[in-house]
Amino acid sequence: MSNEGDNEDVDHELRVSKIRDGTVIDHVRGGQALNVLAILGIDGSKGEELSIGMNVPSDRLARKDIVKVEGRELSQDEVDVLSLIAPDATINIVRDYDVEEKHRVERPDVVEGVLSCPNAACITTGNEPVTSRFTVLEDGVRCSYCETIVREEIASLIDT
Amino acid sequence: MRHDHLITSKQLSRADIETVLDHAADIAADPSAVADRHAGTLLGLLFFEPSTRTKMSFETAMKRLGGDVVDMGSIESSSVKKGETLADTVRVIEGYADAIVLRHPKQGSATMASEFVDVPLLNAGDGAGHHPTQTLLDLYTIRENAGLDDLTIGIMGDLKYGRTVHSLAHALTNFDTRQHFVSPESLRLPREVVYDLHQQQDGTGIREHESLEDILPSLDVLYVTRIQRERFPDENEYQTVAGEYQIDVETLEAASDDLTVMHPLPRVDEIAPEIDQTDHAAYFEQAHNGVPVRMALLDLLLSDDGTAGPDGTDDTSGGDLDE
Ligand SMILES: [Zn+2]
Repeated sequence: MSNEGDNEDVDHELRVSKIRDGTVIDHVRGGQALNVLAILGIDGSKGEELSIGMNVPSDRLARKDIVKVEGRELSQDEVDVLSLIAPDATINIVRDYDVEEKHRVERPDVVEGVLSCPNAACITTGNEPVTSRFTVLEDGVRCSYCETIVREEIASLIDT
Repeated sequence: MRHDHLITSKQLSRADIETVLDHAADIAADPSAVADRHAGTLLGLLFFEPSTRTKMSFETAMKRLGGDVVDMGSIESSSVKKGETLADTVRVIEGYADAIVLRHPKQGSATMASEFVDVPLLNAGDGAGHHPTQTLLDLYTIRENAGLDDLTIGIMGDLKYGRTVHSLAHALTNFDTRQHFVSPESLRLPREVVYDLHQQQDGTGIREHESLEDILPSLDVLYVTRIQRERFPDENEYQTVAGEYQIDVETLEAASDDLTVMHPLPRVDEIAPEIDQTDHAAYFEQAHNGVPVRMALLDLLLSDDGTAGPDGTDDTSGGDLDE
């Protein structure tokens, strides 16, 4: 393996500069790249080197986003959480310009401390010493405390 | 599985429910048999929302078991006013009491509180969430009046914010029941509750309606809840909606003679007082059932060995909350 991303998308890949060491998150649904960064807590303020391609044509998804993070390998937990907003994503770990590992994201059973509950009447929205916890459903997430189900707009719950 | 806390009716299996109801029936038949069973036991009452009935019912139940209660008092006079978290409050009270009863306006508060304490915590209502002890006394009343299998029940009123409804509906899926939910469009069951009911029962026993008329003749039980004024920004809109979900003797002409009418109380005007005199009315009996049911529940939760017989001996038929 010597190319970042899938071969069919290689032309479009080149629009986003190659990285030496780090992570390429490919096949993110079009328009979700900034939410991917939010969920990973990356905002560029710590000097991270980022490349983002948004709404580039793709064979698998009509339009996709690509996020490249130089100098950082994502943990499995981070990858799992990504699945909530980027269920089709592929994760390429790049070392010395080569893709060394390639993963599909997998939906976790539970996500903790990542999303905040949209229900204003939920105990987790006050000043209690409690970490948010959501169980992951087939088509959404559910607050483990107030049981509110969120199907769309999960990205808007990302606790930043 | 032995339950240390009672947070939601969802954690109760049919066997759990029957254990509590059977034990409650034994206690109702002979309360003196358990009069000293829990001497020295203290129940902590934490009511962050006023609820005279539920609170007095727990207090009566604990005292009739020989124990006593410690009460946080009114919210105004407590440290909550000073901004203390619920997590801190329950951790303090855990040091005083052998079990805690919590009523709190926020949804999920009982789940969270239970993560901070080791003594049994009983949810006595968490916002629009759950009210499992009310459900147990509702089930007890239904069983006494109509039986719990081959049951057709109508649940009417504010289904959106009505925690007693959410808890009851879920518990009823353990039995052979057909549930008809009757409410104005704006106060339908929350989608979370519908989701759970469908998970539990494939949705086959669940129907939603805007009018009571069509289904009334088929009902064994009609469970009425109050539509609250404060849910409507406009008084006229409230009057129009609420009026359609009130029942009187004339309404019940279309019902079966055996129809049991229930209500968690307090009622305002959704059940005409003239119904009180009829054989349909079961709501005061329902309120009274709160004491033996809560006595049974406390007895089961507070017995170290998990077995609690009405005569104070180990009695497996009295059972614990295990499945
Ligand atoms: Zn919540």
